[in-house]
Amino acid sequence: MTVSNPETAAGLPVAELLPESDKLEIEIGPDGFVEITVDRSRVIEVLRALREHPELDCDLLLDICGVDYPDREHRFEVVYHLASLGADHRFRVNVPLTEDDPNIPTAYGIWKAADWFEREAWDLFGIGFEGHPNLRRILTHEAFQGHALRKDYDPEQRWLLTETETMAPEWATENVESNDDFETQILNLGPSHPATHGTIRTVVQLDGEVITRAECEIGYLHRCFEKMSENHGWNEVIPYTDRLNYCSSMINGVGYSLAVEHMLGIEAPPRAQAVRLILSEFSRLMDHAVCLGANLVDLGALTNFWYFFQPREEIYGLLESCAGGRLTVSYTRIGGLAHDVPADFEERVRYLLGYIPKFIDDVDKLITGNRIFRDRTEGIGVLSAEEAVAWGWTGPCLRACGVPYDLRRVRPYLGYENYEFDVPVATTGDCYARYLVRLEEMRQCLRIIEQAIDRLPGGPVITDNHHVALPPKSKVYSEMEALIWHFKLIYDGIKVPAGASYFATEGANGELGYYIVSDGTGHPYRIKVRPPCFAIFQAYPHMLEGHLVSDSIAILSSLNIIAGELDR
Amino acid sequence: MKAVMTVNVDRPKQTFGERIYLGSIIQGLAVTIRHFLRNLFGQKDVATIQYPEEEREYSERTRGRHILTTKDDGSLRCVACYMCETACPADCITIIAEENPEAKVEWEKRPLSFEIDLLRCVFCGYCVDACPKQAIIMSRKHEMSFTTREEAVMGIDELKQKGPIEEEDLGYRPYY
Repeated sequence: MTVSNPETAAGLPVAELLPESDKLEIEIGPDGFVEITVDRSRVIEVLRALREHPELDCDLLLDICGVDYPDREHRFEVVYHLASLGADHRFRVNVPLTEDDPNIPTAYGIWKAADWFEREAWDLFGIGFEGHPNLRRILTHEAFQGHALRKDYDPEQRWLLTETETMAPEWATENVESNDDFETQILNLGPSHPATHGTIRTVVQLDGEVITRAECEIGYLHRCFEKMSENHGWNEVIPYTDRLNYCSSMINGVGYSLAVEHMLGIEAPPRAQAVRLILSEFSRLMDHAVCLGANLVDLGALTNFWYFFQPREEIYGLLESCAGGRLTVSYTRIGGLAHDVPADFEERVRYLLGYIPKFIDDVDKLITGNRIFRDRTEGIGVLSAEEAVAWGWTGPCLRACGVPYDLRRVRPYLGYENYEFDVPVATTGDCYARYLVRLEEMRQCLRIIEQAIDRLPGGPVITDNHHVALPPKSKVYSEMEALIWHFKLIYDGIKVPAGASYFATEGANGELGYYIVSDGTGHPYRIKVRPPCFAIFQAYPHMLEGHLVSDSIAILSSLNIIAGELDR
Repeated sequence: MKAVMTVNVDRPKQTFGERIYLGSIIQGLAVTIRHFLRNLFGQKDVATIQYPEEEREYSERTRGRHILTTKDDGSLRCVACYMCETACPADCITIIAEENPEAKVEWEKRPLSFEIDLLRCVFCGYCVDACPKQAIIMSRKHEMSFTTREEAVMGIDELKQKGPIEEEDLGYRPYY
């Protein structure tokens, strides 16, 4: 929709606040974003205005991604997603680029968060960001040829990359004399180490035991799921999303389904929404349990890991009885859920509500007041609120810095606005604060579940819209028309109206956003996931400077890095 | 930002009692000893099981190894419509169709070969959802081991139901 004088939801006249706005295309997107299309010569000027104007105040860079349109005159498009924490409005800036000269100035000087997102766009699309301090491949191997997400890249070719990976950053090969006559040392933390929680490599420069410089290598678990999505139907993407943050796979599937439902203009039935909410909150609880459990193991407190894994095991039992899978549930479908919950669902949820709190209390008693734990985590990995926002942090890590930003409250979905719960906030921004926030969030999850199970509505769990959901099997076996719809849905897929839309939910780690481009066919044209821990983790090497090696482990696990989501 | 209900979880600086550490040692020991005693005398609280002697009970929705169901005469129910192959997110199903010479009606298809590569399969159950004939269902069998990649590719012989359907360890299948 093009409007002559676009305003944000709060009624800000955007055009009046931007420089030379008569030369910009400004519209309001279907997802409520203010969409600005700008030529690359003016992109920095516009982005800077969005960041620095006190009323626009877009302090959070959500995402930078590329989209490839081979048929257009300007083949590539760079898409920036921006949000303002204070003013609660969101912007999308589109910059078209030609194939011959796909270069654009870097936004790193405006938001630090641009660092890895720009590297990713360079890696997968070959879009050059002029002035970026370290524009190297990030998700694929250094020796990889081509750019995997370009439409003309054939996904069927198989690469065997046998070259040994040196990938030592330039600074690592120089010998630096430090003041006290000791040579600095280069050390690899990871990639395969129990404390790296997946496969993540950190090259650190040591002066004695103090880290003076660090750089991360990620991408060991990269499977280019975004490319796979482009060759499969809309519903078939759901099992892929399970593998993003595999500690809370339900949340990913719910987020994706909501994003597509949003584009289709449909809503899942109330029962499906309530079940999605309950299982999402259980997943969040499990995710925090894994994060805290692993964090404490890394610091030498093994017992807590068991105390947390016991309720986790029970929750997996519940998920398995609903969905048939424990870790990768694949339970949601576009339009609802795959099938209704089992008859004893309510009983089991109520049992868990009584069962889980004592384990949280046990850990609380063992750890929270423990001097060893406090001494090892207080003042370690401190990030101020401003810095955290500049790095694009969201979720529990941001809330531990004192910013009460929770999408369940700020932009409610699934009816979160109807539930009573508090958003835990700490102010110190260190590892201890992140522990406290997660621990309290687990209790709040239980509070939400308790209210949700009390008012669990009846009715169907999937929409009866036969353009979206498969008809019931009893009808497929007996009625001609249902069989035809069944065939059409499997072969042609769901037809999502053409357009682009960004929808975000509060994942266990923070804002989990899906930017989806549809061309109206049965396949997604482009799916870009905004993984919360990608933004969080890019701050990690910078946080390490000045800390001991042992602290690096405490910091890493307190950030909750999930390689499936980080590397996609 | 919208005003949201928040709860501050900051902790005050460590008190003298916390700094001398004795209190938290005793509190910690109380927790661990309680767990120890409960596990010692009340084995039912122990979450771990003695696998493989003991096995966990899974629900009837468990997505395990596939079964190709048969009709009463022992022939496959599958009509080689390629629905499961199309719906598969992992592209692990390969079907080759042929005409069924024993069919009572003209032009009926059946699979000449039906292969599932279990190393590619992600056990999502989409093939079961896609099948219009209830010809492919899943069992609860999830313990599989292979020594070569070729061995993991299952054909009709391995996947076909072995006896009466009630005797199979039934898992995920259409609910109606």
